[in-house]
Amino acid sequence: MIDKKINTINKVGVTTSFYKAIKSFGASLPVLIGVILLIGLFKSYIPSKLISSVFTGEIFRDTFLGSTIGSILAGNPITSYIIGGELLKEGVSLFAVTAFIIAWVTVGIIQLPAEASILGKRFALIRNILSFLFSILVAIVTVLTLQVVL
Amino acid sequence: MNSKKEKNTKKSSKNIYYSISFLILVIILYIVLYFLKSEKIINSLSASKDIFVNIIPVLFLVIFLMGISNYLLTPKKVSKYLGIKSGFKGWFLSALFGIISHGPIYVWYPLLKDLKEHGMRTGLVAVFLYNRAIKIPLLPIMIFYFGVYFVIILYIYMIVASLFQGKIIEIMEEKYIEQRGENA
Repeated sequence: MIDKKINTINKVGVTTSFYKAIKSFGASLPVLIGVILLIGLFKSYIPSKLISSVFTGEIFRDTFLGSTIGSILAGNPITSYIIGGELLKEGVSLFAVTAFIIAWVTVGIIQLPAEASILGKRFALIRNILSFLFSILVAIVTVLTLQVVL
Repeated sequence: MNSKKEKNTKKSSKNIYYSISFLILVIILYIVLYFLKSEKIINSLSASKDIFVNIIPVLFLVIFLMGISNYLLTPKKVSKYLGIKSGFKGWFLSALFGIISHGPIYVWYPLLKDLKEHGMRTGLVAVFLYNRAIKIPLLPIMIFYFGVYFVIILYIYMIVASLFQGKIIEIMEEKYIEQRGENA
């Protein structure tokens, strides 16, 4: 009897969890489709010359730029992976892309007011500034390590 | 409790509204550009289609992993383990729960505030928040674009960075409290 009850609860739990997952993914799907469509536009309208003039290959400049853009933009991290991965194919350096995807998830300029009001202004501000600096540092160290490993 | 739920529902429906508006704007942009240069728009659509075709199987895997993580972890379960722990266990659990936590960040802010008020160290809150950047269910898509080695190296450095960040925030907080005490 008890086993039957536990089984029913587990089944309901699993169904609810997957329903939640599909619902949450569905909510971010319009943005995902929109971003992929924008990447399509980007690929045919932005010449690679322009990309290489912005991302020059200079480690610090590229990484800083990647972190700055990633800090301003927000949303589901999956979007940042797709944008980053496609930018990489277009010739943007891995330093910039890595910094971009790290800052996207660790720095939250858009969420800053909410974070400050709930967890405190000082905490939110320091945390975001440090996250920005760490996004640069972690990106550089990651790519350099990768270059040594591979 | 109910008002918290209502707030979250309101926020999520607002998010859906924004995401649909964003998609509509992009479609309008496509229509406008089609009339200006139809050839380039066809190229853009074809490039977008290629991306979709490549990532669709990975997205299914992502949804599956999201479902599993939803089943295994809820803010309620986390609050059981993430209390006033200090020392290695506290740092370890904060990092671990940050990594396996899921869902929008605003769901977790109230829980963290609650834990902070009950004595959770500021550094541990920072560690939890930083490690939320590591998304296990999204691993397939990250590996698809950047490769296994990149993901492993990046995640190791991010965990290390989260611990440094937590410690720095704690030191700064202690100094601030000391200074305030001296001034008072």
